[in-house]
Amino acid sequence: MGTVPFFAYIILMLFIPAGEVLVGAFKGATHGWTTSNVSQLVHQPYLHSYRESIEISLVTALLGGAIGLALAYAAIRDGTPRWIRSMLTTFSGVAANFGGIPLAFAFVATLGTIGIATQFMQRQLHLNVWQGADLFTKTGVEIVYLYFQIPLMVLVIAPAIDGLRREWREAASNLGANSWQFWRYVGLPVLMPSVLGALILLFGNSFAAYATAYSLTNGNVYIVPVVIGAYYTGNVSSNPHLAQALALGMFVVLAVMMALYIPLQRRAARWVR
Amino acid sequence: MTTRRFIAPSAAVWLLLGAAYFILPLVATFLFSLRQLQTGHCCTVASYTWVIHNGQFWSSLRLSVELALETIAVSLLLYVPTVYWVHLKVPKLRPVLAFMALIPFVVPPIVLVVGLLNFYKGTPIWFYAQPWGFLVAAYVVLAFPYMFFSLDSGFRAIDVHTLTEASQSLGASWGRTLFQVILPNIRAAALAGSFLTLAIVLGEFTIANLSQFHTFPIYLQYVNETQAYAAGAATLVSFGITWAAMLSLLFVGRKRGARASVVAGAR
Repeated sequence: MGTVPFFAYIILMLFIPAGEVLVGAFKGATHGWTTSNVSQLVHQPYLHSYRESIEISLVTALLGGAIGLALAYAAIRDGTPRWIRSMLTTFSGVAANFGGIPLAFAFVATLGTIGIATQFMQRQLHLNVWQGADLFTKTGVEIVYLYFQIPLMVLVIAPAIDGLRREWREAASNLGANSWQFWRYVGLPVLMPSVLGALILLFGNSFAAYATAYSLTNGNVYIVPVVIGAYYTGNVSSNPHLAQALALGMFVVLAVMMALYIPLQRRAARWVR
Repeated sequence: MTTRRFIAPSAAVWLLLGAAYFILPLVATFLFSLRQLQTGHCCTVASYTWVIHNGQFWSSLRLSVELALETIAVSLLLYVPTVYWVHLKVPKLRPVLAFMALIPFVVPPIVLVVGLLNFYKGTPIWFYAQPWGFLVAAYVVLAFPYMFFSLDSGFRAIDVHTLTEASQSLGASWGRTLFQVILPNIRAAALAGSFLTLAIVLGEFTIANLSQFHTFPIYLQYVNETQAYAAGAATLVSFGITWAAMLSLLFVGRKRGARASVVAGAR
């Protein structure tokens, strides 16, 4: 009974709008029902947008995941002072939240055409880092996304690395295992569900991102959220149901990710203290 | 296997490289903001002067702060009693709420705003055309996962049943129990959720841009497009605000029962 206002609100502000997207994707431009909006998704230019979005998400999830894992392990493993670990988690907490417009600009100031690092490398080292390309492309977007992907990985994976108990390491070495065997038969199998779960989180995090890429490229990288945004910010005046179909496509991709994530999360929780 | 006494060389290399990658853009933004408009050389504080004397900077920041406060107030009013009630009376619903807190992952802001814009198009102007209505309504949904995970861990750390029974056997009403007994005990959790919400709303661009309200991030983007060096100063101010919110969060997080998930943000 006491939860009625909450459910009413969530239904009104989350479920109904989500349902509106699902239904609207199948509506015609003027009236009636059609599958033409949705079937356009598998044709150009929209297919290209999905490919671009998925590629950026995959690259930044895998790279960010690998680097984040290495950083988290470097901070947690034996020998590293405790204060480094707490500093890394504090900083990751902040950096994982440093997205959107300010982040995009920080990179423009660093690696943009007149950025500090670009000019330094040109003048002092005579290096032309971009060689014809620039920050305002897909590669640039990927570099910038890593700034929030790596800290997110550190935050998500640190508890799992904590779960690798020192006793296991000692037990393995008492039984004659070397370092490689420990990782191959104990460490990685225990970490694997957490790592996969974290990678899915990172994928979704990047797939849903809009502000950073929009601001960095002025809307010239055609990832799906940017294309959807263009229908509402007046750059394209066209069928709003097509934007809904594009949103439906995102929803489907993310729903598949979530369906993979939940069982992995359950499996991973077993070892986390 | 012996326990390592000093930091492993490979670990040190990783950590140094990581630190460099994360600190470089911040230092670069700072140096960039000190450049002179005419020559592009160091150093002047003209960009900061420009930002401080810019009326739109203050009006958009003020709007965003007010929206954040309204979002926090509505979220606390909506979510604190709900999580309290679920912990007290219907613990079976807890997994349902936890699952619903994952839904915003599947319905990200860009999808949510498309649905909201289409569904609420015909509604009264005081709702649809006002940031106080439309934007806050959407932001309360965005805040839900962060509020829920903070509050949930807060409520788990206290004995809801004993506190409620003690309060009621002394004659307190439901409202009084909630405000004078429960709320002080979950203060740290509520604060943690509030700081996260503050950080989200102050950085939120997607929904504001598609529904065309002129909040602080929209202003920031406008400056990015028009005034390069001033944008450096404005970006640092915005970053300082995020830092302050997140560090306050970590500060209250040290207290009992407020171990919130710190993955928010406006990508």
